[in-house]
Amino acid sequence: MAGPVSFTAEIRHALYALTPNPVEACIQCGTCSASCPLADFMDHSPRQLIAMIRAGQRRAVLASNTFWICASCYQCTVRCPAEIDVARMMYALKRYAIWRNQCEREAVTRDFSRRFMRMVVRTGRSWEPALAPAYLGRRGLRGVLDEARVAAGLLWHGRLPLWPRRIRRRQALRRVLRHIVPVGGRS
Amino acid sequence: MKTYAYYPGCSLETMARSYHCSAVETARVLGLELQEIQDWNCCGATAYFHIDELLAYTLCARTLAIAERTGLDLVAPCAGCFKNLHSAADALRKDPDLAEHINEALAEDDLHLSGTTRVRHLIEVFVEDVGLEAIRARVTRSLRGLRVAPYYGCQVVRPQKTGEAAERVTFFEDLISALGATAVPYPARLRCCGGSLIATQREAALALVHDLLKSAVEQKAQVVATLCPLCQTNLEAYQGLVRRAYPDLPAVPVLYFTQVMGLALGISPRRLGIGRELVSAAQVVQFCRRGTAADSEHAPGEAARAGQAGEEGSRPLAAGRMR
Repeated sequence: MAGPVSFTAEIRHALYALTPNPVEACIQCGTCSASCPLADFMDHSPRQLIAMIRAGQRRAVLASNTFWICASCYQCTVRCPAEIDVARMMYALKRYAIWRNQCEREAVTRDFSRRFMRMVVRTGRSWEPALAPAYLGRRGLRGVLDEARVAAGLLWHGRLPLWPRRIRRRQALRRVLRHIVPVGGRS
Repeated sequence: MKTYAYYPGCSLETMARSYHCSAVETARVLGLELQEIQDWNCCGATAYFHIDELLAYTLCARTLAIAERTGLDLVAPCAGCFKNLHSAADALRKDPDLAEHINEALAEDDLHLSGTTRVRHLIEVFVEDVGLEAIRARVTRSLRGLRVAPYYGCQVVRPQKTGEAAERVTFFEDLISALGATAVPYPARLRCCGGSLIATQREAALALVHDLLKSAVEQKAQVVATLCPLCQTNLEAYQGLVRRAYPDLPAVPVLYFTQVMGLALGISPRRLGIGRELVSAAQVVQFCRRGTAADSEHAPGEAARAGQAGEEGSRPLAAGRMR
């Protein structure tokens, strides 16, 4: 009988599409952490995060904001001497955390992405104002005022569309996406 | 006239309308036609990849399949769209099983992807297909003395190039020099602007934007030129918020590289969409006008001219800094 899958093995499987697999290939040189422009804002540097995965620290890994802070600038990916796609690993960890439903602290980013997805499925194009509710509500009055200021500026200069744009073959796009997997298609 | 399949991307319809105008106008002057593809859809940005990589690839595949019908190279001016479409095309070419799976889905929209389309960024087309010499020959209004910070950002260079190749790019500097302007040494040129973190992780993004603008100011750049609508929005539309958090930072105009090109090619600022900025680029336009006047005065010695240009170059910026 196989026992429960260890956290490290689970992550290794979650990252199976990444070759080389970071859990195995990382040499802990720290190039990713040194290259990361956002390392200062992270709970753990990318290198530390991989070490934590190896050590099986499920709780600490899922609680870390590291992969939510990643802006996917790919500096780590292109510099990694072990040729690990670190940025893509961060994507995979976000998905893992969403799947595990462990992203309370960074729910803003998750909700932002979800809204974005729903918007694209509905209209085929992106329309910024539809995303605002994902983060505005959580930033307090000052955040709302800040955003309003920028939005007013953009509006004044004809850069903020009041109405979303849509593609013509929306239904067909939805059928395509639904054919792939039955998620994201709800509207 | 060489024709390309043009994918503007969502931003160029909205916040980055000036990028669209200036891209089309500049291309036309250089003898290229950008033919917008039919009914294209969003590339998925970064948000889609967070949630579902397979769906994100499918989104890109639909656009690629539409482009494929034209048989032309696909050109994206948005760095994010370029990276997504480029890496999706790449991934699907390398993984025939995945491509087949996605093709089954695309059949719902009577589309098929065989992977023949080349995805390119607009600057790549200008530099490689038109060529720097041809661009230099078309310059009608010298930007001599204009100090431009070439901001590459992330997605045009990475992850397409890796290792040292990713750090050693110079095509943007070369293009700026071909226009007659000065590409300042810009240490932050390959750094990240924070991307969509401006919405979700405001403080972190503002810190990155501040570093980028500060680096440009330190190099006495009069304008930052970008290849990406998101970079432009972060550096320019959010500059007010950045400057509130970092009051020492002077105002820095941020233009699309096509706008800077267009000015040198003699296209009117209005047709390049200049004037839609939240941080005024009037000084840059003024500089170009004066540059023309100075150039038409015949034969001042080379040294004198350089001195004059340098002086003209630094004065308006200094005035801007006082604000």
